[in-house]
Amino acid sequence: MRVNFTVNGRRQEADDVWEGESLLYVLRERLGLPGSKNACEQGECGSCTVRLDGVPVCSCLVAAGQVEGREVVTVEGLADFAKQRAEHSGHGGACATGACGGTSLQDARSWTAKGTDSQTGEGTELSPIQQAFIDAGAVQCGFCTPGLLVAADELLEHNASPTDADIREALSGNLCRCTGYEKILDAVRLAAARQGEAV
Amino acid sequence: MALNPRVAAVPAGTPTKVTQGSQTKGGIGESTLRPDGTLKVTGEFAYSSDMWHEDMLWGQTLRSTVAHAEIRSIDVSEAVAMPGVYAVLTYDDLPAEMKNYGLEIQDTPVLAHGKVRHHGEPVALVAADHPETARRAAARIRIDYAELPLITDEASATAPDAVLVHENRDDHHIGHVPHPNIVHRQPIVRGDVAEARKRADVIVEGEYVFGMQDQAFLGPESGLAVPAEDGGVDLYVATQWLHSDLRQIAPVLGLPAEKVRMTLSGVGGAFGGREDLSMQIHACLLALRTGKPVKIVYNRFESFFGHVHRHPAKLHYEHGATRDGKLTHLKCRIVLDGGAYASASPAVVGNAASLSVGPYVVDDVDIEAIALYSNNPPCGAMRGFGAVQACFAYEAQMDKLAAALGMDPVELRQLNAMEQGTIMPTGQPVDSPAPVAELLRRVKSRPLPPERQWEVAGGEADVRALPGGLSNTTHGEGVVRGVGYAVGIKNVGFSEGFDDYSTARVRMEVVGGEPVATVHTAMAEVGQGGVTVHAQIARTELGVTQVTIHPADTQVGSAGSTSASRQTYVTGGAVKNSCELVREKVLEIGRRKFGSYHPAWATAELLLEGGKVVTDGGEVLSDLVDVLEDEAVEVEAEWRHRPTEAFDLRTGQGNGHVQYSFAAHRAVVEVDTELGLVKVVELACAQDVGKALNPLSVVGQIQGGTTQGLGVAVMEEIIVDPKTAKVRNPSFTDYLIPTILDTPTIPVDVLELADEHAPYGLRGIGEAPTLSSTPAVLAAIRDATGLELNRTPVRPEHLTGT
Repeated sequence: MRVNFTVNGRRQEADDVWEGESLLYVLRERLGLPGSKNACEQGECGSCTVRLDGVPVCSCLVAAGQVEGREVVTVEGLADFAKQRAEHSGHGGACATGACGGTSLQDARSWTAKGTDSQTGEGTELSPIQQAFIDAGAVQCGFCTPGLLVAADELLEHNASPTDADIREALSGNLCRCTGYEKILDAVRLAAARQGEAV
Repeated sequence: MALNPRVAAVPAGTPTKVTQGSQTKGGIGESTLRPDGTLKVTGEFAYSSDMWHEDMLWGQTLRSTVAHAEIRSIDVSEAVAMPGVYAVLTYDDLPAEMKNYGLEIQDTPVLAHGKVRHHGEPVALVAADHPETARRAAARIRIDYAELPLITDEASATAPDAVLVHENRDDHHIGHVPHPNIVHRQPIVRGDVAEARKRADVIVEGEYVFGMQDQAFLGPESGLAVPAEDGGVDLYVATQWLHSDLRQIAPVLGLPAEKVRMTLSGVGGAFGGREDLSMQIHACLLALRTGKPVKIVYNRFESFFGHVHRHPAKLHYEHGATRDGKLTHLKCRIVLDGGAYASASPAVVGNAASLSVGPYVVDDVDIEAIALYSNNPPCGAMRGFGAVQACFAYEAQMDKLAAALGMDPVELRQLNAMEQGTIMPTGQPVDSPAPVAELLRRVKSRPLPPERQWEVAGGEADVRALPGGLSNTTHGEGVVRGVGYAVGIKNVGFSEGFDDYSTARVRMEVVGGEPVATVHTAMAEVGQGGVTVHAQIARTELGVTQVTIHPADTQVGSAGSTSASRQTYVTGGAVKNSCELVREKVLEIGRRKFGSYHPAWATAELLLEGGKVVTDGGEVLSDLVDVLEDEAVEVEAEWRHRPTEAFDLRTGQGNGHVQYSFAAHRAVVEVDTELGLVKVVELACAQDVGKALNPLSVVGQIQGGTTQGLGVAVMEEIIVDPKTAKVRNPSFTDYLIPTILDTPTIPVDVLELADEHAPYGLRGIGEAPTLSSTPAVLAAIRDATGLELNRTPVRPEHLTGT
């Protein structure tokens, strides 16, 4: 079958998709976006977390056909997505009331990604949560990182100053085997603090 | 054909070099950031499962559905006939004389030959144009199994009529083991236990059980094999030791080593689980057979069968002490279940035996450790490697002894703690700092976390802070707090006389008007941060800010394994050594060019700092740019730490280890005694690291290791059905690893007492925190419940008795 959907602001068409393929497989193997990770492929680890019409989902549990006509944001588009959101909200991306409803479909449709495929990552523009993960030492092997970034970014979108308990609850669907999570907590706290300063 | 934006002759995801500059000096001792960090947070970092090649096929492994059986027949005809299938391979298709592989003993068949010895053993391979086609084809291969009796424990392994897991053993351990179903046996006898036992006022005994733990790295076994025009193969793969893989792969393919070119792809964690081969040979066989690139990616179910696990163990201990708490003697017997193939079992036995006393002074010991061959899943390396199982048992014993003596458990440990100069049970003196008592003091002196943290304003309970968490199983009723302590000792580096070297190629040249160092090693970066540390070492030694880390491959000499807490020590040592050799050559060039201008070129101790040649007094003699001009200086050299010796096979005596690493933990738990649920509230660690080359990464290693120890204390266990020897929980739904909600705050106290024998005084750090974390949590649960709890992991029924 053919599936048409929008990924990171760009319209994509995947042909010859077998009905049993997951969104994760189509992203990784058909669209050249392997950033979303295949750690368990059974919805337990969160490494494949993407935004589907704004909602964080395990892309391994979404059948490719279900995304027809819908909007997907992956880790590859996260920096631009966050930038767009910050520019739209006009005050550094923080949602002071905690009542921001995420990104509207209309906004998502009008947003386009820049092509960034730098080999070394030099000069890449990062979202605040991505930068915080690097700065806090929250990345070791990095396999859980893409999913955690998408989930943590979504947390900070609707809760600008989460408590530790809020962070733990929001990220409890994302397994990490390397860090013991302490540096991940640090990273989310750091991103929230920087976001707060920017207001 | 499907839309695919990636059209390439070289595989997509081929590792490229990473250059990292530095705002500051960026040398050792600073918390510089990972050079691969940006790639990892943007999704651009190419892991082994991300590799892609135009026209590639997908490989699938068919694995045995039974644990021990004769293979009467294999019928591949239906699979071969399926559209989209390019190849189906069985044992009969293996191209070379050599059909087995193995880390130390080549007892593991590439594909089963006439017999399978464990559940999930590879029997056949399929290559197809879609992974689902490959899976369906594999499912159509018909295998007729005739089941054989099972060896599942020591009793069945050594029974008079026991079936042999491996007939006709000819390995170098068979001569000294009491039964062919025992892989290796290491006794350690020192002093006179019978005599020392008479001095004991108190004797405690215990029988302990350690469950089978899985490494559960998140990046599944995967890689891409690309057939080459010269008849060889290029293999992109995630592993812990490229050259060890190569040594096992090439003979089975019937190729000379130089025709198997390996490059390290991104590695999604390892923890010992990538020491053994998984899909490497299989992908190469399919690629060479079909003439097409072949990618294999295990799913999580297959990953549980695709690598060895931590040895489950049964441990029997006896400790004696005088009334005032001095240990008199120790007897122990450790039985490790190695499963169907040897893997790293012999070395795990050596570690378990030699570290079985723990970080304590005991002069009179009688120790025996063995590993079994059985039909259970093969077990081998995992973080802590034999020392983990022993630490769980000897620390439980120390608590038991303290209770029998009416002593404080920390005081008892401190009273018997080893220190620099202590003689190990192997007769080896501990010749660098061993601050065991101090580590315990540090975790104990830390303020305890506040009680009843779940209570929030208005009398409500925050269930996230309670046992059971969001399951909302208690609001504090039946919840009891407990506190427990543990300390452990781990060896660093490969032991028992192994030639444990590493190789580094370092190049220095001027690029864009600036001196740049390039570091090329075969070290497997598995997440630990070796690449970060290599850049720091190069900056410190060569006075540059720009360092390029070349991808790890087999075009440079072996780096040894990313195991045994050894890479910062050994490959770090090799990078330091090669940098020093490069520096000498650079200074020679400088002397040749500028020696006549300033006498210090000949007389002073010269250093490279801030892009300049300086005297040890800080006087600048020249810019490196002017010394080098368009010349490049390159050195590749091997580097070795002090040699070790084998342990005597009868007495266990010998200077077997290079270095030791020590960590202590204090666990604070809250137990819902009615439901048997445990919440670990805090898990504080103190560890001596010798010298923290990168403090941020050091703390990250300690917290990660601590959490893996927590996992096997309260949740992680591969359940093997004793009746069938089949794995019952091969998924992340049923094999639980700690989430962020299960993991407490982990405050870390880092000591830096230099080991004068090691580069920069550093100590290997990765494993020690995995040892003491588990027994500390168990001790805390015992403290809360008063139960004996002789097995880990603790399950709710162990606490409720239901």
